[in-house]
Amino acid sequence: MMLLIHASVPLATAREVVPARAQMASTLGFHIILACFGIAFPTIVLAAEYIGLKRSDEVAMTLARRWSQALGVLVAVGAVTGTVLSFEMGLLWPGLMRKYGPVIGLPFSVEGIFFFLEAIFTGIYLYGWRRLSGWAHFWSGIPVAVSGIFGALSVMAANSWMNQPGGFTIKAGRVVSVEPLNVFFNRAAAYEMPHMLLAAYLVAGFGVASVYAVGFLRGRRDRYHRLGFAIPFVLAAALTPVEFLVGDTAARAIASDQPVKFAAMEYVTHTTRDAPEYLGGVYANGHVYGGLRIPDLDSLLVGFSTHTKVTGLDSVPAADRPPVTWLIHLAFDVMAGLGSLSVIPLLWLLLAWWRRRALPRHRWFWLLAAGAGPGALVAMEAGWIVTEVGRQPWVVYKLMTTAQAATTNQGVIASLSAVIVLYAVLGVATILILRLLARHWRAGEEQDSAVPYGPPSTHATALGGEAA
Amino acid sequence: MISEVVAAILITVLAIYAIFAGADFGGGLWDLLAGGDHRGRPVRQLIDETITPVWEANHVWLIFALVILWTAFPVAFAAVMTIAALPLWLAALGIVLRGAGFAFRKEVQGLRWERLLGAIFAFSSLLTPFFMGTVVGCVAAGKVTLGGQHSTLAAWTSPTSLLTGALFVAVCGYMAAIFLIGEAASRGDHRNKRYFKRRATLASVLAGALSLATLAELHHSNHALYHGLTGRALPLLILGTACGLVALALLTLGRSTALRALSGIGVAAVVWGWGVGQYPTLLPGTGLTLANGSAPHATLVMIVAVFAAAGLLVVPGFVLLFWLHGRQMLTPAPMQHAEQPRT
Repeated sequence: MMLLIHASVPLATAREVVPARAQMASTLGFHIILACFGIAFPTIVLAAEYIGLKRSDEVAMTLARRWSQALGVLVAVGAVTGTVLSFEMGLLWPGLMRKYGPVIGLPFSVEGIFFFLEAIFTGIYLYGWRRLSGWAHFWSGIPVAVSGIFGALSVMAANSWMNQPGGFTIKAGRVVSVEPLNVFFNRAAAYEMPHMLLAAYLVAGFGVASVYAVGFLRGRRDRYHRLGFAIPFVLAAALTPVEFLVGDTAARAIASDQPVKFAAMEYVTHTTRDAPEYLGGVYANGHVYGGLRIPDLDSLLVGFSTHTKVTGLDSVPAADRPPVTWLIHLAFDVMAGLGSLSVIPLLWLLLAWWRRRALPRHRWFWLLAAGAGPGALVAMEAGWIVTEVGRQPWVVYKLMTTAQAATTNQGVIASLSAVIVLYAVLGVATILILRLLARHWRAGEEQDSAVPYGPPSTHATALGGEAA
Repeated sequence: MISEVVAAILITVLAIYAIFAGADFGGGLWDLLAGGDHRGRPVRQLIDETITPVWEANHVWLIFALVILWTAFPVAFAAVMTIAALPLWLAALGIVLRGAGFAFRKEVQGLRWERLLGAIFAFSSLLTPFFMGTVVGCVAAGKVTLGGQHSTLAAWTSPTSLLTGALFVAVCGYMAAIFLIGEAASRGDHRNKRYFKRRATLASVLAGALSLATLAELHHSNHALYHGLTGRALPLLILGTACGLVALALLTLGRSTALRALSGIGVAAVVWGWGVGQYPTLLPGTGLTLANGSAPHATLVMIVAVFAAAGLLVVPGFVLLFWLHGRQMLTPAPMQHAEQPRT
């Protein structure tokens, strides 16, 4: 939903490109949260089930069962909101698909296979708890986790292709030949794929752990809550340094691959050596107001030397620069800042483990851990703002503008309004359902959800009563 | 040649989607018509148990069809998405409400909320097939133009479109009732078996009548397609009709063997009949054909390869899923026995 902000940017065009972008941003910004859980949550559930089976640990098994129920809700909402995106590819961006469908469609078709496997084995895993034997059930979940990873990589291939398009030939305005491997493994894929995949694990890991950190702060400190915290948190925390390195590499690659996007990210107004780094600040009319200015640091970060030349916004005409530079920069600062902060809980955890072989006890650690879930989410959304708004005005970098891609239909504002209302209800309902599940779990009532609405009576009597 | 193969893949994927997801949507229809809380309870329970573990996997066929369409036939895809935008938005709305309503209903407690979410699930199950039907009718009637810039109401509210929409709903109800007869039988639930036999019979008569009406209407709205359907595609239409009639005869005789296979083949034959009847035109009423409207060679080869890979990986997965489901190994109560102390 955060991505909505850039809807306010005026863009001179006949087509309804602004509402179309706002709608794509809000539906994608919503779906991506569920996608993160769809990609990474199965690994967390399987980790708990593995511990449960390996050590005959009932607490871990209970966690795995309950998590899988929450996963079921998230996957269902993710499946339908993902479908909306498939429709929107054509309903909002027919210009993009008409010309580049044969290229960008390839990674999506590969994703189809993984989506199939994910859905099939999700059905088996979620509903196989009772009748499948322990290890058979565990193994039925492995394809879910694996296909989630490869599905994510396929989608990221499509997105990175939009940033670094390649692998095709155009003659007379039509794509006449395609090299699938060069489409899939485009220049940006090498850093976008791992960056988003790791982000999904951080969002899901810190997100699940946050719930138990809040429980810990409220005094629920039994083994159930400690294990429920430790499994996702250790996984996510262990990946933070990797994500930090990948993100740093990505930023440097963008400086050379998409210099104008980078210039917006870092407020590089003029192409220059000794470029300063700005932390915060607002950009308007070619000037940076406020913020912390650190001389030469940007050049140093880009090329490991303060004399590195960094391309500025002035390298292209104003029409080819991304809109809302301040948003791109601040989103980048938020992402990089939160990414750097996320190393603290890892170090704390390592220290506590090294000294006492136990989770940290200090209240500050648990506050930090409780904030890590929302923090990871905000960082991930901020990252999408950077990459998507930063690519503007292009939908396919330097080849097709977003305005050229947009639908010629009027009334996008109507579908946008409908989508905002619908997704707001959907988001609230999803959170309420998850809270409802948690309440039942705490009360110790396991949900017997087999019977759709009927009079408040038990299973057997209802059926028996019916027959009588 | 390769574009024919990809077109055949697309038609096959659409046929599979129509059969399996059609049955899931039809389940929502019967849920809607199941009556009050008490009377409808056993019916709703059977529908719920039947759909729960499989609907998401069945739904993926639609994603696959969309991706093949935009990758292999991008110009046709963009034109349909522009001209038929409104019914497509409504079909997407139905998909979101159906999935969310279904998933949420299982987790809420309290009759009022279950009723509300159940009604959303059931009603939206009608929305998607009906509006997808109008889109297919819009294409079949030749209302999608290449130069068109705007979606119009007239494009998808012609008699052909509305009849096709109604036909899709009837076919979904038919497929669902047929599947549910088998599910009831495998549970030894004779009451539901009889219940769905009556409904399958009704839906089959309705679907047959609507098919004939749609065909007759095509005689006016798109003579070329009518000609193709009653010419080149005639064997397929005869196969479809024969399957429908034999299934109907079995239903009236009270037999339930081979019902699923017959109805599945029947629906697939009709979907294929549409493809064959329209061949080689992509969008009736335009000059867009497989020859001039297909993606470059390498893309088409890639789609065939992906489909082959899907055949190797996905089909065994589906067989496993339905085998386990058929043996009632997949139960929608994952939490049972979770907290019981081991004594």
